[in-house]
Amino acid sequence: MDLYEYQARDLFEQHGVPVLRGITADTPEEAQAAAAELGGGVVVVKAQVKTGGRGKAGGVKLAKSPEEAKAAAEAILGLDIKGHTVHRVMVAEGAAIKEEYYFSVLLDRANRSYLAMCSYEGGMEIEQLAEERPEALAKVEIDPATGIDQAKAEEIVRAASFPEELVAKVAPVIVKLYGVFTGEDATLVEVNPLVLTEAGDVIALDGKITLDENAAFRHEAHAELEDKAETNPLEAKAKEADLNYVKLDGQVGIIGNGAGLVMSTLDVVAYAGERHGGVKPANFLDIGGGASAQVMAAGLDVILNDEDVKSVFVNVFGGITACDEVANGIVKALEILGDEASKPLVVRLDGNNVEEGRRILADANHPLVTVVATMDEAADKAAELAAA
Amino acid sequence: MSIYLNKDSKVIVQGITGGEGSKHTARMLAAGTQVVGGVNARKAGTTVSHTAKDGSTVELPVFGSVAEAMAETGADTSIVFVPPAFAKDAVIEAVDAGIGLLVVITEGIPVQDSAEFWAHAKAKGTTRIIGPNCPGIITPDESLVGITPANITGKGPIGLVSKSGTLTYQMMFELRDIGFSTAIGIGGDPIIGTTHIDALEAFEADPETKAIVMIGEIGGDAEERAADFIKANVTKPVVGYVAGFTAPEGKTMGHAGAIVSGSSGTAEAKQVALEAAGVKVGKTPSETARLMREVIESL
Repeated sequence: MDLYEYQARDLFEQHGVPVLRGITADTPEEAQAAAAELGGGVVVVKAQVKTGGRGKAGGVKLAKSPEEAKAAAEAILGLDIKGHTVHRVMVAEGAAIKEEYYFSVLLDRANRSYLAMCSYEGGMEIEQLAEERPEALAKVEIDPATGIDQAKAEEIVRAASFPEELVAKVAPVIVKLYGVFTGEDATLVEVNPLVLTEAGDVIALDGKITLDENAAFRHEAHAELEDKAETNPLEAKAKEADLNYVKLDGQVGIIGNGAGLVMSTLDVVAYAGERHGGVKPANFLDIGGGASAQVMAAGLDVILNDEDVKSVFVNVFGGITACDEVANGIVKALEILGDEASKPLVVRLDGNNVEEGRRILADANHPLVTVVATMDEAADKAAELAAA
Repeated sequence: MSIYLNKDSKVIVQGITGGEGSKHTARMLAAGTQVVGGVNARKAGTTVSHTAKDGSTVELPVFGSVAEAMAETGADTSIVFVPPAFAKDAVIEAVDAGIGLLVVITEGIPVQDSAEFWAHAKAKGTTRIIGPNCPGIITPDESLVGITPANITGKGPIGLVSKSGTLTYQMMFELRDIGFSTAIGIGGDPIIGTTHIDALEAFEADPETKAIVMIGEIGGDAEERAADFIKANVTKPVVGYVAGFTAPEGKTMGHAGAIVSGSSGTAEAKQVALEAAGVKVGKTPSETARLMREVIESL
């Protein structure tokens, strides 16, 4: 889960990372009040969107008075930045910046460890810096068992060619940022820019945090960071039913068991769609290895309530749960849903007890259900029905 | 022959008394696996009853620790079914006891826990970890340490390595008339123990494996690195499949590791890399199976 800048700022503050005061505002009036609360002097009004390039898109504005902050918020709220509409700004204290740096710590999948990246030259898009001046970006592998202590932080800062007199100032902030990374179970903590003020303080002026959703069970507070307004209502409904669902923009509803098989099903349906008017998968939905009737019903309920869906493809490989149980699940799910089930279902079953499973579906003889033998043929049928 | 696992492997189950652990202990025994006991500190000294492959009843001892279980039974392999919150400790315990092969089935382990137990296992250097969040490993007709259905197919010349469980089953099913030396599901988490490269290296060295099918999915660059490895080190024919060609950027597709971020981790990039290494890549599971069938027929 990616966080907004203001949420990252709050977490930084909780972990003792130096930040500037900041207040969120959803209207120009709130922005004006926020600027007044911050003392009425210079503030920066910043769009809160989960994408980069805010500055270039006009999403960050300096304001010298509460009135100017109101005007800045008026200009920024509602902006479209790379497909993200701005609904909220953060009004932050201004700072006299002397220098800008870069720091991040992230999960390094390839090396199965953590990676700290640091540069004495900040303010630039980091991808651009890595591309154009790779020597200016220090990359230091972090052993998850030992982490970043003061000595390791100093090693990182020196590797990034900071002048010696800054090492003692910057390293403690890096130790604190690592505290955010481990303390919050993040997979990314990035600060761009980390600044040195004219007054000589090192401050995180921006923040990007990605949290590991697998760790939610030990961070009750993370549930509140979730962006309910941004979440698609169908995704919210699926989440309540504990289903692994992602809304996409096509017309063929997909239910399958196992993440890999469902991803593969999306591909096969998209290929089939090329022969049927360009229809596409409407969603990703993995009901997991044990496809019980209740889970099947909950999944069908979510998909059949998607107005974009014209047909549904149920693709199950009976492994742990045999096909007869899956077939019974489908039949019961259709009973539970009754009249709500109104769109054609193409079912493909393979694996354990497949004959019995197909027999159960044949006996039920539900008018909406078509059983097709292979994944490819079933995808084709589902695409054809969605295009009709 | 096979890789990592054979009929002589002696297996203990961490979490043998739990729902999943109990269910899959029964399935593993039915598949012929030599399950010799389990671990649950709170139930140490008790036994659990199961039915062996020949229909006889076996009483499996429950031990207080992995070290004790290994000392008493001679176990060289362990499978972990404990819940996510306790998985890190279970893995570290098994690594410290010096288990040779450790299969971690548990789904939903925080990735920093996986990073920590991996760092620990790497430093110790005596345990091969498979998973987490994986279906485990099967050497058909010999042993199953995992949750793969054992009755899909039997022994044969194909080695299979996959990030995905159900795609493993699907591929074994499509090629069930040919059979497999070993099929290993390495899991879809961002940090895993055994990688595609490890399995490719082992299959290359295994005389009974004649051809390899490798199943990947979006996210990370493991498939690209596997392609480099294949180019330099693998002489056996490799057929590949990558799931997630139509996955949109920034959305996690079920597996915690399956996400396209920017231009990195796309299925196209993986396909291009694999094809450049001489791997035949299927667009769908059925096409992949057909390509493998052609390879086997040409041997």
